[in-house]
Amino acid sequence: MKSLVSLYSSSIGKKIVMGLTGLFLCLFLVEHLAGNLLLFANDNGHLYEEYSRILVSNPIIRAIEIILFLSLAGHALSGVVLWIQNRRARPQKYKEFRLDENTELASRITMLGGSIVFLFLVVHLSSFFFPLRITGTPMTAYELVREKFSNPWFGLFYLVALVILGYHLKHGFQSAFQTFGLVNKRYKALLDAVAFFFWFLLPAGFGSIPVYFFFFVKNTASPLVLRTLEHGWPV
Amino acid sequence: MKLDAKIPDGPIEQKWSNHRFHLKLVNPANKRKYTIIVVGTGLAGASASASLAELGYNVLAFSYHESPRRAHSIAAQGGINAPKNYSNDGDSIRRLFYDTVKGGDYRSREANVYRLAEVSGSIIDQCVAQGVPFARDYAGYLDNRSFGGAQVARTFYARGQTGQQLLLGAYSALCRQMDMGKVRFFPRREMIDLVVVDGQARGIVARNMVNGILESYTADAVVLATGGYGNVFFLSTNAKASNATAVWRAHKKGALFANPCFTQIHPTCIPQSGQYQSKLTLMSESLRNDGRIWVPKKKGDTRRPEDIPENERDYYLERLYPSFGNLVPRDVASRRAKEMCDQGYGVGPTKLAVYLDFSDAIKRLGRQVIEERYGNLFDMYHEITAEDPYKTPMRIYPAVHYTMGGLWVDYNLMSTIPGLYVIGEANFSDHGANRLGASALMQGLADGYFILPYTIGDYLASHSFKPVKTDHAEFKKAEQETEKSIKKLMAIDGKKTVDEFHRELGAIMWDHVGMARNRRGLKKALEMIPALREEFWKNVRVTGSDLDLNVELEKAGRVADFLELGELLARDALHREESCGGHFREEHQTPEGEAKRNDAKFSYVAAWEYQGPKRTATLNKEPLKFEVVKPSQRSYK
Amino acid sequence: MNITLKIWRQRNRETEGRFETYEMKDVSPDMSFLEMLDVLNINLIKKGQDPVAFDHDCREGICGSCGMMINGRAHGPGRGAATCELRMRKFQDGDVVTVEPWRAAAFPVIKDLVVDRSAFDRIMQAGGYVSAKTGGVPDGNAILIPKPIADEAMDAASCIGCGACVAACPNSSAMLFVAAKVSQFALLPQGQPERKTRALRMVEQMDKEGFGNCSNNYACEAECPKKISVMHIARLNREFIKAKVF
Repeated sequence: MKSLVSLYSSSIGKKIVMGLTGLFLCLFLVEHLAGNLLLFANDNGHLYEEYSRILVSNPIIRAIEIILFLSLAGHALSGVVLWIQNRRARPQKYKEFRLDENTELASRITMLGGSIVFLFLVVHLSSFFFPLRITGTPMTAYELVREKFSNPWFGLFYLVALVILGYHLKHGFQSAFQTFGLVNKRYKALLDAVAFFFWFLLPAGFGSIPVYFFFFVKNTASPLVLRTLEHGWPV
Repeated sequence: MKLDAKIPDGPIEQKWSNHRFHLKLVNPANKRKYTIIVVGTGLAGASASASLAELGYNVLAFSYHESPRRAHSIAAQGGINAPKNYSNDGDSIRRLFYDTVKGGDYRSREANVYRLAEVSGSIIDQCVAQGVPFARDYAGYLDNRSFGGAQVARTFYARGQTGQQLLLGAYSALCRQMDMGKVRFFPRREMIDLVVVDGQARGIVARNMVNGILESYTADAVVLATGGYGNVFFLSTNAKASNATAVWRAHKKGALFANPCFTQIHPTCIPQSGQYQSKLTLMSESLRNDGRIWVPKKKGDTRRPEDIPENERDYYLERLYPSFGNLVPRDVASRRAKEMCDQGYGVGPTKLAVYLDFSDAIKRLGRQVIEERYGNLFDMYHEITAEDPYKTPMRIYPAVHYTMGGLWVDYNLMSTIPGLYVIGEANFSDHGANRLGASALMQGLADGYFILPYTIGDYLASHSFKPVKTDHAEFKKAEQETEKSIKKLMAIDGKKTVDEFHRELGAIMWDHVGMARNRRGLKKALEMIPALREEFWKNVRVTGSDLDLNVELEKAGRVADFLELGELLARDALHREESCGGHFREEHQTPEGEAKRNDAKFSYVAAWEYQGPKRTATLNKEPLKFEVVKPSQRSYK
Repeated sequence: MNITLKIWRQRNRETEGRFETYEMKDVSPDMSFLEMLDVLNINLIKKGQDPVAFDHDCREGICGSCGMMINGRAHGPGRGAATCELRMRKFQDGDVVTVEPWRAAAFPVIKDLVVDRSAFDRIMQAGGYVSAKTGGVPDGNAILIPKPIADEAMDAASCIGCGACVAACPNSSAMLFVAAKVSQFALLPQGQPERKTRALRMVEQMDKEGFGNCSNNYACEAECPKKISVMHIARLNREFIKAKVF
């Protein structure tokens, strides 16, 4: 325990926490997207409901959920602590500082990106998680999604947030491996490919949901939905 | 003064081991009762400080740099010699000894040189153990290359950064002792005076360069490892801060200065580009392996080099030295380049340069081979001059880069002041009149790791030391004199900057006491230098406060010393009526224009004794005896 | 060409600093940046003013003394070169050039452009060495090091300790400096016995000195005059984790 505390108190230790929690959150995103793809099942949310029910009733999943929240908290808190320490490490700013000539945009906006993603999470959780799991709602999960994404501004907010999440992961994913010391010229191509999945394909996958609901799913059983139900695909 | 070099008896191979046996030892438990001051933390100073601290002495180490890692040892490129015979080409201690004595043109002490060759192998082992990343082959063995015209491959190297890696090795050993509290390091301190109490060196006065406060430190012995005085020429390959203040102040306190006229000029430097030039950049002399040196046959030819046809070019080294050609030794190549420029054949905007042309080599070997061999040097040249040496010849000119002379020391590396030791480039001991390539690093580390730590113990064990505190009259006197001199410099408020004086001194030195010297020029210099010195003390301007970081004040103190040392250098050059190594007197040359030694009259070390500000220094001679190597005439025809 | 300089002037650690503007006329493009400052200083001295203080020594890019922020870039425009290697031909006639000291809590300003980098020395004292006593070491060839390993160690060892990595880092992190030393010794057999304690102690000292945390944006590698790779930072992280956890 003592060595864990001393590990965390070191700069590298906090970054390891950032990396581990970040990667765990990334893994969750994979599972989350996989589940959410059931929204495309064209069964008026039947499969999706079933999936949600299993998740909620499984104690292991509930335990993981707690770890997930702890990870999020650990990630955010460590990020803030590192950020504050980093500000303190340069009390007098440069008059001119051309970081743009040396570094990638993604690496410079992790704090900004992270904060926006955090705000997004607050909105996301209060829109879905809280009504469904805590405060209660007469709607099913599918109906709630359908209802929320019928608002174009809400959908647009999601898309913007997902682009920022993508940028956040573009830096964060490879950064975690650098922090663990797990980079190597030989495996760099493989790591880049996996990173591409996380920072591009994953947010794109999530982004497809609001787009799908806004364009192809009507809030109340619309002719489009009916047609979809008949033919299996919107035409 | 009678100079006793304390050279041990016996055959040359046994002198050092016999001597070590006879040296008195300090009991391990008593070592911590002794304090040693080391001034300068380059290769020699850092290695000495670390080794002395390992033995148990308390070490106070001083540097005008912020960190030992900034010392100019770091700039040495080529490598370090050791007769390991890893190349199986017949190398031996005796051969390295012989090469060094001959290379020094028979003006060094045989016993010292033999010892240097003897311990040099241990230096490599020591540096490897410290983690110095020397070049290796694929099987993991140490790689060697040949260097500086030696006929065997005995040079160990770490890319073109050997000096850096060896210094960082010594610095890391020093860091370890600092970590253990055995060495206290004082950064940004300039030694201003040596304090001698009852005939023994017992401390120093140093100026804290950040706040200007004068600080006194006491010790049982003082070691100077403060480098050479090449910056007396203003333009040299030395670092900007390299100076002679510590050795010069010690000289004024009674330490004899030996062979000041032995200075080395390196032939392949990038020429000066304008009046604002602050220093010169050296390029490895390996360039002469493939480059051809030439000047136009017509004086003042302003055509571009590519436009000058072959039959209008004078490949003068190939013409004068058909067998050695462009590969003549440093001193010869340098002198001939200067001659060509003096006669009006120089090229480039300042007319102080000759061409070093790779076009033949590129035609013969292809650009790729040249790129592999010299790519980094070509890039550096391109960066500095904006000219592409693949397309147009390089321009080169000689520059001062090492001084063989320095404070006189005996076999134990002790100066004529008891308790004052001098190591590395700051002493005169091992290189005679000319230093071979890859042997400066060797000497600095030999002194610091394997010689001084033994010999200093003998001195400490055989003398008694009365307790001395910094309120002792000698310390107070030194502080007051220093303060007076600083106040005086600050008060002059003249018209000229320190650099202007330094440039003027450099021009006098270069023109009259440079590569080729003659009686008339030297006499002229001996008139001009005192006049310039007088003007300096009336007309220099130092701005700012002496109680702040004040770079101008630092420079002023150093230039004031150079203005005195320059005169001694000229005086030594005038007295030495012969040519040897880096000291070329035009009156003394063979019909072919080569250096002509006068062994009958000048086979001695000239050690100068300070006599006071208004009086000329007096000459003391240490005769040189050659029992093993027979002096002969060098020829490169 | 003519250049307008905006230079940070600060008398000492305690006093506040400010920018001063100086006009430089007829600057030769062949001059080095530091020679241009030499000329400025001569002008200032002639006017009875205090010259601009800046650290410099070898002026050939190896001692690591010089270092200033020039137009927002550590060691100025271009890559792989220290300030002393920068030539004025990299600038245009009429340019306004802002010159600032390295800025980091761990590198306090001593005067003008001179900063105190002794934090680096203290990090080195915290294990940045192999504990080999003088004498009593084996023959150099008794320790075999294959060329690729020796070369990689040399890449790391080429650090000149100038502090550009800290200056260029948005977080003033010293990870590249520490990594270069830890990596050099982690690669070499000589460094093995003290491998763990070295990584732990050097990182601990680095944190204590008040440097920031590495956020892997690699500005350090981009501005390093010796182009030292951030791969060495990855190795430092690995060494640190191994030492801490195993």
